[in-house]
Amino acid sequence: MAEITQRRPEAAPVPAAGGAGAPPGAGTRPRPPRTIVPLAGLPVVAVVVIALVTAIAGNWLWALDFFHVVGGGLWTGIDLFVGLVIGPILGRLSIPARVEFAARFMPKMLLIMPTLVLMTLASGWQLARHVGVLEVGYPQRWWLIASFIVVGVMTVIALGFLEPANLAVLFELRKDAPDGALIGKLMRRFAYTAGITGIMQVATLVIMTRIATW
Amino acid sequence: MVSSAAPAAGGQPAGPAAAEASLAGAGPAQRKLPPVTGLAVAALSLVIAGGIFLAAHLPRSTPLGPPAAALVLAVVALLTAAALLARVRDFAWHTFFVVAGWTLAAYLVIAGMLEFVFVLDHTPGQLLVLLTLMLLVFAIDVPLLLGFSVARYAPAGTGGAGPGGPQPDSPA
Repeated sequence: MAEITQRRPEAAPVPAAGGAGAPPGAGTRPRPPRTIVPLAGLPVVAVVVIALVTAIAGNWLWALDFFHVVGGGLWTGIDLFVGLVIGPILGRLSIPARVEFAARFMPKMLLIMPTLVLMTLASGWQLARHVGVLEVGYPQRWWLIASFIVVGVMTVIALGFLEPANLAVLFELRKDAPDGALIGKLMRRFAYTAGITGIMQVATLVIMTRIATW
Repeated sequence: MVSSAAPAAGGQPAGPAAAEASLAGAGPAQRKLPPVTGLAVAALSLVIAGGIFLAAHLPRSTPLGPPAAALVLAVVALLTAAALLARVRDFAWHTFFVVAGWTLAAYLVIAGMLEFVFVLDHTPGQLLVLLTLMLLVFAIDVPLLLGFSVARYAPAGTGGAGPGGPQPDSPA
């Protein structure tokens, strides 16, 4: 892949960076990453996807369980941590600090989260088929349907609101004169939606632990 | 949970809200654009709702009417969004196609993976066709949504990020 931007200087001045108590470097604009997608992560994603396809094709119970538990645990944990811990902290930072954090954090999320979601859902579906969870009757089946609905709502929020905000911030940071207000607005949307999906992940934890102990 | 008006740490004279206001020099694009995001999210919601309906019935026999209706509505919403967007003259089309193109590549991989699972599971004919069409809508809708979300804030008729921004033939 070609790089998406030309090289920039290490930092460019930015107005009103926080005053006397501001941390070092708060008065400078962070250099955006060279590419929107962190290229170094792509081989890792490729390995995960190939391993997942192999596990599904082979219907290997242990591998499917591994992918579902590891993927789901990380997805849930990251969503909860970002939404309930990072989000509120981010909202109280100065705009330059938020921008600097976003420039480093969001490209990684762009690779990590879709990979974890794909890993969890694809292996989860196969695992459910393999162990017969899909064939349970009512009222147990309601738990299954509830898990589908929770995942569906989270997907709409993530793809419809969270990911667009994430990408728009990354592109805004590449401009010669980024719009601080727009970045602030989009990052608040990112933090709010991450918080909502984080709370919904608690529902996922309840449902999954219930299903696992039928 | 997240408030730009929250007091800054360290006794800073300028809070985040003030810094935000002072940084707002260029300002976001205030162009009036068609409701592409709303329509694309509606299409996404409909295919996901159809998928949930099917998943809730599998592996037993599944009534195909409701998910087929959801699919038709999703296609209508997606085509309307695409048609409305195509009529916009003042738009960062290069940025749109760069983002949408690379997103499409990624989502074709995801959709292909799910299709592989359906085929592997011997999903019956009509159901497989329905699921495949839903995946197709999904794989086209998300790139449209992401491409629009980025390009709407980019200067019209440019790569969207100024001289140091995305260059022709660059990936997202």
